[in-house]
Amino acid sequence: MVRFLGGLVGLFFAGMLLLSFIWGAVSYVSDPPAATAEQEFHKHPIQVAWSFNGPFGKYDKAQLQRGFQVYSEVCSACHSLHQVTFRSLADLGYNEAEIKAIAKARQVPAIDPNTGEATTAPGAPADKFPLVYPNDVAARAANNSAIPPDLSLMAKARHDGSNYIHSILVGYQDQPAELLRKFPDAKTGEGLHYNPYFANLNLAMAPPLSAEGQVTYAEGQPKPTVDQMAQDVSAFLTWAAEPKMETRKSTGLGVLIFLLFGTVLAYMAYQNIWSTKEH
Amino acid sequence: MSFPWAEHYTPKNPVMKWVDERLPLPRLVYNAVGAGYPVPRNLNYFWNFGVLAGVALTIQLVTGIILAMHYAANAGIAFDSVEHIMRDVNSGWLMRYAHANGASFFFIVVYLHIFRGLFYGSYKAPREMVWLLGIVIFLLMMATAFLGYVLPWGQMSFWGAQVITGLFAAIPVVGEPIQTWLLGGFAPGNASLNRFFSLHYLLPFVLAGVIILHIWALHIPGSSNPTGVEVKGPQDTVPFHPYYTAKDGFGLGIFLIIFALVLFFAPNSMGHPDNYIAANPMSTPAHIVPEWYFWPFYAILRAFTMDLTIPFTGIVIIEAKLLGVMAMFASILLLFFLSWIDTSPVRSGKYRPLFKKFFVLLVIDVLILGYCGGAPAEEPFVMISQLAAAYYFAHFLIILPIIASIERPDPLPGSITEAVLAKSTHTHDDAASPASAAAAAE
Repeated sequence: MVRFLGGLVGLFFAGMLLLSFIWGAVSYVSDPPAATAEQEFHKHPIQVAWSFNGPFGKYDKAQLQRGFQVYSEVCSACHSLHQVTFRSLADLGYNEAEIKAIAKARQVPAIDPNTGEATTAPGAPADKFPLVYPNDVAARAANNSAIPPDLSLMAKARHDGSNYIHSILVGYQDQPAELLRKFPDAKTGEGLHYNPYFANLNLAMAPPLSAEGQVTYAEGQPKPTVDQMAQDVSAFLTWAAEPKMETRKSTGLGVLIFLLFGTVLAYMAYQNIWSTKEH
Repeated sequence: MSFPWAEHYTPKNPVMKWVDERLPLPRLVYNAVGAGYPVPRNLNYFWNFGVLAGVALTIQLVTGIILAMHYAANAGIAFDSVEHIMRDVNSGWLMRYAHANGASFFFIVVYLHIFRGLFYGSYKAPREMVWLLGIVIFLLMMATAFLGYVLPWGQMSFWGAQVITGLFAAIPVVGEPIQTWLLGGFAPGNASLNRFFSLHYLLPFVLAGVIILHIWALHIPGSSNPTGVEVKGPQDTVPFHPYYTAKDGFGLGIFLIIFALVLFFAPNSMGHPDNYIAANPMSTPAHIVPEWYFWPFYAILRAFTMDLTIPFTGIVIIEAKLLGVMAMFASILLLFFLSWIDTSPVRSGKYRPLFKKFFVLLVIDVLILGYCGGAPAEEPFVMISQLAAAYYFAHFLIILPIIASIERPDPLPGSITEAVLAKSTHTHDDAASPASAAAAAE
């Protein structure tokens, strides 16, 4: 009885699926899905040889500092970093006095001790980077109705995030003539910017890094080309998203050595115990 | 617990004797996982995964309880509290990555455990109850994993909760009220998050309870083995301790090494980047996908694209969405009936030539379903998953009973010991022949 009823259920589901398949295949052949501009022109991020790649990779502190400088002078005009505390900038090699100065230069929300009203005050190391806009409505109003996303986790919130950020920053270009010829409707709209690394190819953000030397790097640092600045700020944002990466990798190495040793011992114990037993 | 064929426990240590007379806990341990539990001597490495699943659950419990000390189940701050764990809690990143990847590894070992059972016929008499409880465990795991994935309150959390509770909305008439009741509102919100957290903390302990029943039920007939031939006497078994504790110790080492490789060097490889974006009810992700361990079932859900209608009238009997939901639940629930569907008297797939071929097909089929479930709902993935899902149902409900009645199994060994000795003389022959050939050449 179980087998009979089960067989009926199986025939029903398998039959419905095969009918759906035939139906789908017929319409797929008779009316194949049209190609889209996104499918043909979207590009995967450029692969950069980051210092933090691989199991032994570490952050390059000088690069993180340059990236922080790019973030502060360019990105922070619109993008917040609200999961990151000033004190954690010690990871970049800044000392206590420098961190205090960085925090102090930024206004964070506070309460006026005399009136109790909401106000702002210079930041302290324990504070987080302040929001740029008080709310999404204000962010939209100031940015042609697009919200500049918070960047704290951007490097983990996109596939291949570190490479993605770099590619977006260097990827702005004119729309290819071929695209316009094939997909006349896909013309980049007013207030948007063509970028093949962006999922739908058209990005509200104007190219933020447009000229060499837009940020002045300290003596002895590489030349601030657009590509260099883009790499530096991507490295900085990777740190911002994954500040514990170096601890994680070095802990992992220790754990692996321990486990390898333990597993070899366990294997030897296993062989020893079973040595007299055929199995 | 009473194990009919366990060895009698005689405490050697006076303290143990004292305890055992008052509370027979030493006896229980001795009979359950000690020298008092005789186990077939021929178990292969596929028999390691039950113990590994237990270890995986323990990892989840320990890391989860610690995470709950720092996590805030409130829609306003849940996402930030997870980042607080990742950045500011001592070793919080380790606990959180271990918990997130631990869930994946729990499913990996449980899937291997289930497929072991499918191949070696562990669901057959007299172990039906072990199998049934196993399916209950699997369902509880899926529920717990889904609830847990909602807690970080990222985009996939939010939209996953919307989609999965939306499955119930496909039920005619009462569906939408049920979804509203499950969520505590018309969309996922604070009420949903709070109850999901509460249930996510509760269910693992229910799971632990059912696991105890699963092991208890296992100890009545005792473990199965790769030949599927029952134990005939003491020469067929070895005591669980030290033989299988040693073997499981080695298996555990391998498991932990692979777990550590992912946890420390690619901790986000099994997650979805969208869940690092805070939940936003106003913005739907381009592709809503569950975690990888749900992909085969998600593919079955989405494979139904045609309403069931009365031909030529256009009257819809069952909508495609409801069919998908029914099929998805059926794809797991049918496993409850497996012991009575596959009536072949031979347990082990090793001696079932026809079954073996279809088993390989099933494994490939489930992998294809998994791939399609993770892919966007576009062609050709929908068509592929339709064929793969059709095979899935046909395999369990149509092909297995047919194989059972037409197959001519290979001859079974007379006993476990016979199989073991035949194998070892066979390997000795193999080892000897090249040497003798070399000697002859000289």
